[in-house]
Amino acid sequence: MYDKEKLDQIKKSKKDWEEKVVNKTLEKYPERLEEFKTGSGDEIDRLYTPEDIEDIDYKEDLGYPGKYPYTRGAQPTMYRGRLWTMRMYAGFATAEESNKRYKYLIEQGSKGLSVAFDLPTQIGYDSDHDLSAGEVGKVGVAIDSLADMEILFDGIPLDKVSTSMTINAPASVLLAMYIAVGEKQGVSSDKLRGTIQNDILKEYIARGTYIFPTEPSMRLITDIFDYCSKHVPKWNTISISGYHIREAGSTAAQEVGFTLADGIAYVDAAIKTGLDVDAFAPRLSFFFNAHNDLLEEVAKFRAARRLWAKIMKERFKAKSEASMRLKFHTQTGGSTLTAQQPDNNIVRVAIQTLAAVLGGTQSLHTNSKDEALALPTEDSVRIALRTQQIVAHESGVTNTVDPLAGSYYIEAKTNEIEQEAMKYINKIDELGGAPRAIDIGYIQQEIMDSAYIHQKEVEGDKRIVVGVNKYKIEEEPPSDLLKVDPAVENLQKKKLDDLRAKRDNNAVMEKLENLGKACSSDENVMPYILDAVKAYATLGEICGVMREIFGEYEQSVRL
Amino acid sequence: MDRPIRVLVAKPGLDGHDRGAKVVARALRDAGMEVIYTGLRQTPQQIVAAAIQEDVDVVAMSILSGAHNHLFPKVVQILKDEGAEDILIVGGGVIPEDDIPGLKEAGVKEIFTPGTATTDVIEFIKNNVKRK
Repeated sequence: MYDKEKLDQIKKSKKDWEEKVVNKTLEKYPERLEEFKTGSGDEIDRLYTPEDIEDIDYKEDLGYPGKYPYTRGAQPTMYRGRLWTMRMYAGFATAEESNKRYKYLIEQGSKGLSVAFDLPTQIGYDSDHDLSAGEVGKVGVAIDSLADMEILFDGIPLDKVSTSMTINAPASVLLAMYIAVGEKQGVSSDKLRGTIQNDILKEYIARGTYIFPTEPSMRLITDIFDYCSKHVPKWNTISISGYHIREAGSTAAQEVGFTLADGIAYVDAAIKTGLDVDAFAPRLSFFFNAHNDLLEEVAKFRAARRLWAKIMKERFKAKSEASMRLKFHTQTGGSTLTAQQPDNNIVRVAIQTLAAVLGGTQSLHTNSKDEALALPTEDSVRIALRTQQIVAHESGVTNTVDPLAGSYYIEAKTNEIEQEAMKYINKIDELGGAPRAIDIGYIQQEIMDSAYIHQKEVEGDKRIVVGVNKYKIEEEPPSDLLKVDPAVENLQKKKLDDLRAKRDNNAVMEKLENLGKACSSDENVMPYILDAVKAYATLGEICGVMREIFGEYEQSVRL
Repeated sequence: MDRPIRVLVAKPGLDGHDRGAKVVARALRDAGMEVIYTGLRQTPQQIVAAAIQEDVDVVAMSILSGAHNHLFPKVVQILKDEGAEDILIVGGGVIPEDDIPGLKEAGVKEIFTPGTATTDVIEFIKNNVKRK
């Protein structure tokens, strides 16, 4: 970005400054630490200058928002045009309870819904399954059949909201239920807007709600890509997630590298089934974490955008610009929250919100201060949402696009994260791609190593966590935590009994049989799942048929 | 003190959060203990079977999904039924303060909540393990 002569002058004057000014200062006042590191443990220089970004070509590496390589943003006007979608992840207990929370969030200014399902739902078991005992309605809402889904969205017009569903292994079933609810409301599937997470690879890596082995799982995913490109064109068919990889302990660069490697695997799989890259790639979306190291995080988001654009253009020969544009949802970092002095978490979430916004996120969930202790209460969720609204309307950072661009440090860091992430992608390519790298435990091992280093640093006081290893106080245990009524489990069981008594069981059997046949063939399973769902087959029954044919994933257990 | 302390680190229930369990497992191993990690989605029966088969001195369980009140006491009960009540049982995860007395009464010796240092877990195990 600078001519050689100017750059030489800068280099020379920097050297001068170091020798004459800095060294003298250091003699008198040594720096606080021997080495300064980012939140991810990368070393940081004292000062960044044009020297650190001398290789940047403005047009090629940064360009303009809404244009390749999208370093500066996915859309041309970013938040001057429209603010990000404030999307609060919520769901607990029964469909009735969660429906109330959604209506509350919409009243409070939330623009999109984000559904949290309980673990039995995420793993394809009905609430009355043995393995569901103790888990029903705990980390999200329990959905056993279309009947629950109808209650969940009662009074919420599906052509007016966009809905994100955190569902992976049984994503096709929940999407089918959503389509069926839409039909009942008179909203055709081409008008539905939203996202299913549908990212099985990171379930194997970090999140744990897998059901089927890799191959049939990838097939289910590409069936969804294909079905949606024809029938649900506004639906984001996958949210390729780095969030959980980061929560499991990865660094920022690993988050980008492993997530984009997963993305590559999905694109590969879809192309292999004969889909045209530009037919499905524009509906791919991403999901990242926002941690506390503000500047490192901003650089991470920018690096992810640029790297994905290059991958789509150069590796997959995408032609449509929409295929190259990385759009992402962000959630603030759950693992950065502390159970100690929970009010401090409000401040952490505010910093992380800034990181996501300065990084150009398309939507954001902010965690609540009490989430290291329990599911959030309505009050703490409101503060978390207000945090976004304050950043949106009071901080001023939304008034110009990508305001940190051109900072010597931000640009140098963006380059560094991109390069480091690319190294991981190359390594995973060498191993045979993400599914293989997961099977042999490579990705899990890398993440675990980073998590362990982090823990050691905190315990060795090399990394300060306010309230945990410094500035501690005696405190009373918090008293106003949300509790899920254990009666929810029995309530769900009773609903299931009623459903099984009321529905046409012959029709259910027939639809499940048809689904089984489709699973064994190479037909797209989506229409068959939709039929079964509409006949009120339960989630457990549908996943049961698929379990029988596809088998179950076996985790590679390593320390 | 001829053989090292043997610990089964277990993930009962459907919860997939295993960062804590794995970090603790590594820390215990680095502290000289022999550690067996079960992996995810273990039923109480599977955990007890593994504990007995591996002849462990300690079972350390982790749950972040809220199912602890159901699953921790179950493991304790089945261990008792199998005559293995001398095994030290500890638990960790996102566990509200209010639930801790009940879990201790059920036989979980200690509950470690978020922010616990691994050194505290190591020390607790060393001080409370009953040698066979």
